[in-house]
Amino acid sequence: MSLKQRLVPYWLLGPGLLWLIIFFVVPMYFMGELALRSGSLTTGYTFDWAWSNFPDSLSGHTEQIGRSFFYAGTATLLALLIAYPLAYAIAFRAGRFKLLLLFAVIAPFFTTYLIRTIAWKTILSDSSPVVSVLQTLSLVPPDGRVLATSGAVIAGLTYNFLPFMVLPLYANLERLDLRLIEAAKDLYSSSRQAFLKVTLPLTMPGIVAGVLLTFIPAFGDYINAQILGGTQQAMVGNVIQSLYLNQRNYPEAAALSFLMMALILAVVTVYIRFAGTGAFMGDEDEETA
Amino acid sequence: MASLSRAWAWLRRNALPIYAGIAVAYMLIPIVVIAVFSFGATPKGKLTFGLDHGFTTEYWSSAFSLSELNEALFTSLRLAALATAISTVIGTLMAIALVRHRFRGRRLTNLLIVIPMATPEVVIGAALLSMFIYYTFALGFGTLLIAHVMFSISFVVVVVRSRLIGFDRHLEEAAADLGATPLATFRTVTLPLLAPGILAAALLAFSLSIDDFIISNFNSGTTVTFPLYVYGVSLRGVPVQVNVLATMLFALIAIAVSLVLWQQRRAERMAKVRPEPEPIPVPGAPVTT
Repeated sequence: MSLKQRLVPYWLLGPGLLWLIIFFVVPMYFMGELALRSGSLTTGYTFDWAWSNFPDSLSGHTEQIGRSFFYAGTATLLALLIAYPLAYAIAFRAGRFKLLLLFAVIAPFFTTYLIRTIAWKTILSDSSPVVSVLQTLSLVPPDGRVLATSGAVIAGLTYNFLPFMVLPLYANLERLDLRLIEAAKDLYSSSRQAFLKVTLPLTMPGIVAGVLLTFIPAFGDYINAQILGGTQQAMVGNVIQSLYLNQRNYPEAAALSFLMMALILAVVTVYIRFAGTGAFMGDEDEETA
Repeated sequence: MASLSRAWAWLRRNALPIYAGIAVAYMLIPIVVIAVFSFGATPKGKLTFGLDHGFTTEYWSSAFSLSELNEALFTSLRLAALATAISTVIGTLMAIALVRHRFRGRRLTNLLIVIPMATPEVVIGAALLSMFIYYTFALGFGTLLIAHVMFSISFVVVVVRSRLIGFDRHLEEAAADLGATPLATFRTVTLPLLAPGILAAALLAFSLSIDDFIISNFNSGTTVTFPLYVYGVSLRGVPVQVNVLATMLFALIAIAVSLVLWQQRRAERMAKVRPEPEPIPVPGAPVTT
């Protein structure tokens, strides 16, 4: 291969790589630099290796961090429970309605995220029929509210990130070789056993991808907590946003976002190890290699 | 009793479709609410949490009467169009390089494409803002464009790449055999076959851009996009026109997506015209069907 030919991929990659490096990698460096500054808004922030910003930013907001884990975790679990049967039904039972159902799954993307969340505020507002049904069923006390509770925030998160769970699950289920389930049944497994021993393990890559694609944005989200929650439902995202944009305490905000990023990378790494699949990142590689 | 057990049996048999139906309803309810409330009459022209005042088409006929809202929507459309154009071109080139070429640094490039998708939006927004603060960059349309192109690239690459992997290279070889130059082959064979994938990627980039709030909120300065406008007014009451425009936008994107899906299926059928290769008979091998 001539040199000219070998350079072709780099020419093709050039613009995109540059854009991602200059506007994604380099900003991370500046965020790190900002996190090590000290000072105040009035005197200005100067760089002096202020490592203490990291423990400081953490200790002040343990409550919100814990809440983020709890809300995002619950929402992810709920989304999985809703999405798996749905994806299964779309893949195997939908017949000619398949495309229509897939369309319905991505339809929420066609309206603005913020407006959808405001719509949930309408649905869960004190005078809405949904709330009175919940009150009749005694799931909510007669004079209780749904809005401004943890439940409302979790419901909003579950709703908003549900498509991210359904789509990878569907993509995985669709490629499932149904003959394997038949084989299991031929070998006298019950439906339940066939599901637990064949279908579930084979769809693990889809579950892993879906869980990550749901958990990560849900963890960092602050719109649901802000619109559907009250002052007692703030998440890490709310803190970072308010530190950066309202209080302009840049060092602490940068330190906290840095820690959040590290925390998520750690969770993802452990999770991928534990789930025993590189599907999230390596899948396409194997196909193309 | 017999009828009860029969009903139970029916319910068991159809449990999956019923469950899927409820799940789909859950996904579509907010969209319906947005559309219905765009016809809801309210005394002050602001969204209320009830339909006690009956219905009206007043807000549909005055959909474009709020100049601030129009301006925000126009900014969003302009931003989304530009960001889509840039990220689609850049991302498609990257996808071609990744699928068609072997080169050093391929894994690293893949990583650089995946990580932004796995990064919470607050962190991306915060990191970019950190860099812009450092260089005292003026925030506005330019910084928004930079950010939107940045977060769209990865998604474009993923979509176009999945299309390229299923690409039948025999068609290109045939064109070359028939004397087409590489450029002519690319223009007359590769690009048309790739078009549905590129179109789908562009559509995804467009809807990501027009929908983005979190990253924009960090880097907008005084520029107001549609979601930023909605956020601003959500604190003091959302004008019903917001719902009208959101419903219009939904309809437009839904139509565009249907067209792309339809086109994609047609292209798939066209690509399948090539006859299946005949299996090479191996003497003594068991006959497979």
